[in-house]
Amino acid sequence: MGYEEEEYTASFSLKIWKGLFPYLKPYRRMLLAIFLLNLGCAAMDILLPQFQQYAINHFIQSGTTGGLALFAGVYGAVVVLQTLFVMGFTRRCIRVEMNLGRDLKRACFVHLQTLSLSYYNTTPVGYILSRVMNDTDRIAQIVAWNLCDMLWAAAYLVGVFAAMLAMNARLALAVILVVPALALATFYFQSRILLWNRRVRRNNSRITGAYNEGIMGAKTSKTLVTEDENSRGFRKISEETRIASVRAARMNALYIPLVLFLGSAATAAVLVRGGGMVLRHTLLIGTLSAFASYAVGILEPVQELARSFSLVVAVQTNIERVTGLLEKKPGVVDRPEVAEKYGDAFHPKRQNWEPLRGDIEFRDISFRYPDGKENVLEHFSLKIPAGTTVAIVGETGAGKSTLVNLVCRFFEPTAGRILIDGRDYRERSQLWLHSNIGYVLQSPHLFSGTVRENIRYGRLDADDEEVERAAAAVGADRVAARLENGYDTCVGEGGDLLSTGEKQLISFARAVLADPRIFILDEATSSIDTQTEQLIQAATARLLKGRTSFLIAHRLSTIRRADLILVVRDGRIVERGTHAQLLRERGYYRELYLRQFEEETAAGALNAGT
Amino acid sequence: MKKQSKKRAAAALIRPLLRGTGRLFAGAVVFSLLNTVLSASLPQIIRVAVDSVFAGRPLPGRLGKLLAPVLADPPRALLLAAGATLLTAALAGLCSYLGQMGIARGSEAFVKSLRDRLFEHIQKLPFSWHSRNQTGEIIQRCTSDVEVIRQFVSTQLLQVFRIVFLVAVSLGAMFSMDRKISLIACAFLPAVGAYSCVFHFKIARRFRTADEAEGQLSADVQENLTGVRVVRAFGRERFEIGRFDKLNERFSRLWIRLGSLLSLYWGTSDLIIGLQVLTVTVAGIAETVGGGITLGEFLAFVFYNSTLAWPIRSLGRVLSEMSKAGVSAERVAEILAAEEEKDPPGALEPPMDGDIAFRHVTFGYGGQEPVLKGVDFTIPAGSTFAVLGGTGSGKSTLAHLLDRLYELPPECGSITVGGVGISKIKLSHLRRNVGIVLQEPFLFSRTILENIRAARPGATREEVRRAARAACVDGDIEAFADGYDTMVGERGVTLSGGQKQRVAIARMLLQRAPILIFDDSLSAVDAETDARIRAALRQSLGGATVILISHRITTLMQADRILVLDRGKVAELGTHEELVRRDGIYRKIYEIQMNGADRALLREGEARDGV
Repeated sequence: MGYEEEEYTASFSLKIWKGLFPYLKPYRRMLLAIFLLNLGCAAMDILLPQFQQYAINHFIQSGTTGGLALFAGVYGAVVVLQTLFVMGFTRRCIRVEMNLGRDLKRACFVHLQTLSLSYYNTTPVGYILSRVMNDTDRIAQIVAWNLCDMLWAAAYLVGVFAAMLAMNARLALAVILVVPALALATFYFQSRILLWNRRVRRNNSRITGAYNEGIMGAKTSKTLVTEDENSRGFRKISEETRIASVRAARMNALYIPLVLFLGSAATAAVLVRGGGMVLRHTLLIGTLSAFASYAVGILEPVQELARSFSLVVAVQTNIERVTGLLEKKPGVVDRPEVAEKYGDAFHPKRQNWEPLRGDIEFRDISFRYPDGKENVLEHFSLKIPAGTTVAIVGETGAGKSTLVNLVCRFFEPTAGRILIDGRDYRERSQLWLHSNIGYVLQSPHLFSGTVRENIRYGRLDADDEEVERAAAAVGADRVAARLENGYDTCVGEGGDLLSTGEKQLISFARAVLADPRIFILDEATSSIDTQTEQLIQAATARLLKGRTSFLIAHRLSTIRRADLILVVRDGRIVERGTHAQLLRERGYYRELYLRQFEEETAAGALNAGT
Repeated sequence: MKKQSKKRAAAALIRPLLRGTGRLFAGAVVFSLLNTVLSASLPQIIRVAVDSVFAGRPLPGRLGKLLAPVLADPPRALLLAAGATLLTAALAGLCSYLGQMGIARGSEAFVKSLRDRLFEHIQKLPFSWHSRNQTGEIIQRCTSDVEVIRQFVSTQLLQVFRIVFLVAVSLGAMFSMDRKISLIACAFLPAVGAYSCVFHFKIARRFRTADEAEGQLSADVQENLTGVRVVRAFGRERFEIGRFDKLNERFSRLWIRLGSLLSLYWGTSDLIIGLQVLTVTVAGIAETVGGGITLGEFLAFVFYNSTLAWPIRSLGRVLSEMSKAGVSAERVAEILAAEEEKDPPGALEPPMDGDIAFRHVTFGYGGQEPVLKGVDFTIPAGSTFAVLGGTGSGKSTLAHLLDRLYELPPECGSITVGGVGISKIKLSHLRRNVGIVLQEPFLFSRTILENIRAARPGATREEVRRAARAACVDGDIEAFADGYDTMVGERGVTLSGGQKQRVAIARMLLQRAPILIFDDSLSAVDAETDARIRAALRQSLGGATVILISHRITTLMQADRILVLDRGKVAELGTHEELVRRDGIYRKIYEIQMNGADRALLREGEARDGV
């Protein structure tokens, strides 16, 4: 429930907007220009009905066309001027909207690069993504358009009232009476329209979820013959969506005629009162027509004001979400003196970096995940000399990544110290450590881009030859050879155009290029064809040589190769030793091993020679 | 030509969904037209008021005679005019409301039936269709494209009627008052309309490019977020920001350029419309001064003229939205056009407890190289039959074919149960009587209870628990805070692979099918639990025919007969004893698993523990 976008602030709060001020600052001038252009626009809008008044009072009532050309000329000038104002401010509004959106997105993205892994572990990607992409867009849109619209509307209202009061104060009051009614109606409906629209959106995402499940679970539904049952469940959701949509539509259907009716009421009031004045010759008929125009004309700014205001209030939620993200503190931070010496992630001072040998020591470590209830490691100590291969085994979800998370300093131990080359790793910068680590994931993550770009990710200044050499070292050159454009083939989003095995080989090449002192392999569980499997085994062997390595291992061949095996169960390390030692003990490792052994031998014998 | 027929096909598929909403749409059109007429009569009230009350001109015609007594008393006449204005406005408002509600009800009902139809249809499409199509793509069509269609039906459709009618009414009123100025007013309209159309169709491509840029930016952020470990592990934050900046910059630049174009368009059409109003006003003044029309008519004229311009300006947008909706409709119709699974007339519902026979079965997926080549064997009713095979040996295909997730073409052999060809059996009957547990079972995001009784919604809690106990998952479930009412999936707990498999087994047990297939479905369960489950199953299965697909010799050797599949062919078939005696694949695996070097280590451990 925590991730449903439910919050809803009801009143304007300057405090929330203050968080946005620094981002508005670069656009002060442009916002001022927009403001002035809007004033100009409002002035023109106020002027236009005056032409009608003038036309009736001076030409029609007195039956002359003398000076009509001049009249047309001035009128035309006003029309042109208004066009220029409108174009001027819309262009600037778009500029502010897009640039502000861009700045906010960038601020979020940059900040996200500094947040610790614990944040990513507990926050769904969709949730972050909607903050970076949608909330920022919405904020920029409201700031650029609606804040300025409110200015225009306010200026227009004030101007129209001034004009009406100047023309005829008594009649002006009759029109002004409509304004509060209109404002109230708009507030009332606007908040309800927003509410129902939000409900419709929520229902829409439920519908998307239902389709997703209906399609992903198609095979299961078929084998269980639950198609009709599923459809019944879906119909319930779609009916709820329909009802919400009709309700949202009803709000609009009521609101719009109500506004128009209020306009007509103002017109009627003008007609009765102003008409009486005309009959008594205290008001010119042209002035009456100008009043009628204003009576209808003020509808728009009042609506705009009320509508924009509720949008401005509603967007506070979006602002809070974005500033909430921006204010989130990273869980792992380099100490100031460390950052001073080694530089930060964006400005590293590589000249001060010591080379890394690869001795790692866990000294009396206790650890609990930030969102966890109990320690998963308790007084754990382990010395790993440089060049050692450590395999971590256990069931899926048993917590095999904990040690790796600690070694990588994605998390820091709750108590105790981790020493690298004899020094607490918190005395060096994160980037120093990360630059010395090679990481290959179980579902290897490739970025959309070419094969070459993905390999080069390991070391950005590598030339083409180095990239290809790294690929050849792990057999990824065969992947490239198979592809139409070789190394310059795009791998698709997340590398989707390649098979898992191929992705793995490329991520190996990436790690080889980085030439790290510490190597971490999170092995794939999915089955890979025998040939690729052999390639991967060979590549792994090559990568492990001379490096301190941690293998989150599933394959026996990988496990057997390890100098030390750590067995994890329910988040804790329950056994440790070499393969032979552990097999002799009738422990959990043996059980795990047997299962894997049966799988692999059968698969091996059956796939031999395929 | 082809495009035309595609459009027609799309219409033919979607039109039946409109059934029952016709009256709502017709009502919406009628009320919206009434609204237009009523709104257009407001200026007439003003005209009459101005001319007869202020200028003292007698009103011609019957209406004049009727109103003469009232008009003689100007203040009362003004009140009457005001009253008429309010009444007309109220009626117009009511019609507007009814029209809007009609269209809302009609379009939402239509969209609901479209969504339901799509969902139901997708459920019933053969599995081969599902494996051919990408999930994301289908979902896109079911959501975004349906939304485009909804937008069109709920707003643009009525808009078209309103535009046409409003223009007709306004022009009619104008021409009835003064032909000359009306012609001047009309002179501008084609220019506005054409400009609007050309612009909107031209800008559509730019919109697409800008949208794509947004998609790319979004995809980049998503990749960065999902790949955060890689980014951190390689210390590539700066590089990532650089790439993001480039895309972010491009995205905002494209939209700024697009926005400037839009601004130019708005400005220009505002200018044309402003000049049109100016021209009509000036011409109107001259005509009024010249006595061609009255002051009241002049005012009405200016009013009508002001309602002419905006609908014509929005014409371009409506038309371009219409073409978008057409494309979406085609994309949705493509799904609807795919053929559902259907039973032939006279499909049988025979008893399913007979022998299962595969006769000369050769099968390949989607015209590819066959994965099964002339496979031929019989599974006696009530026996346990094991299948052993490597990756791609076709062992899962046996299950797919038996459950008719894929249809076996008649010329490719036959599969019979109790002597009846399965292609003649009613599909739901067949599948209800064949229980399958897949290697990676799918659980729905419902409670565990609902998941287990998916196949038999009427099952009691006690029956569900019994099945869960047999599948050795009862203890796991009870350990969750909400027990059997724990939600599975994103909004609830994540089950481990082994737990999922066992929940799926419980689900299958509740199905009480006479044929059960375990498609490598104990792979994530340790050997001991595996044995326990099998023991419990043996008790609860009764006389069911069981097909076990596994790698585990200890599992396989329990079976009455074992089939070894090698690259789509039957390599060996017999009892465990027979196969062990033969020098083949089975014995090789048996020997590795039972006598390998590691066995020695294990025995060593066991000996030491005195087991």
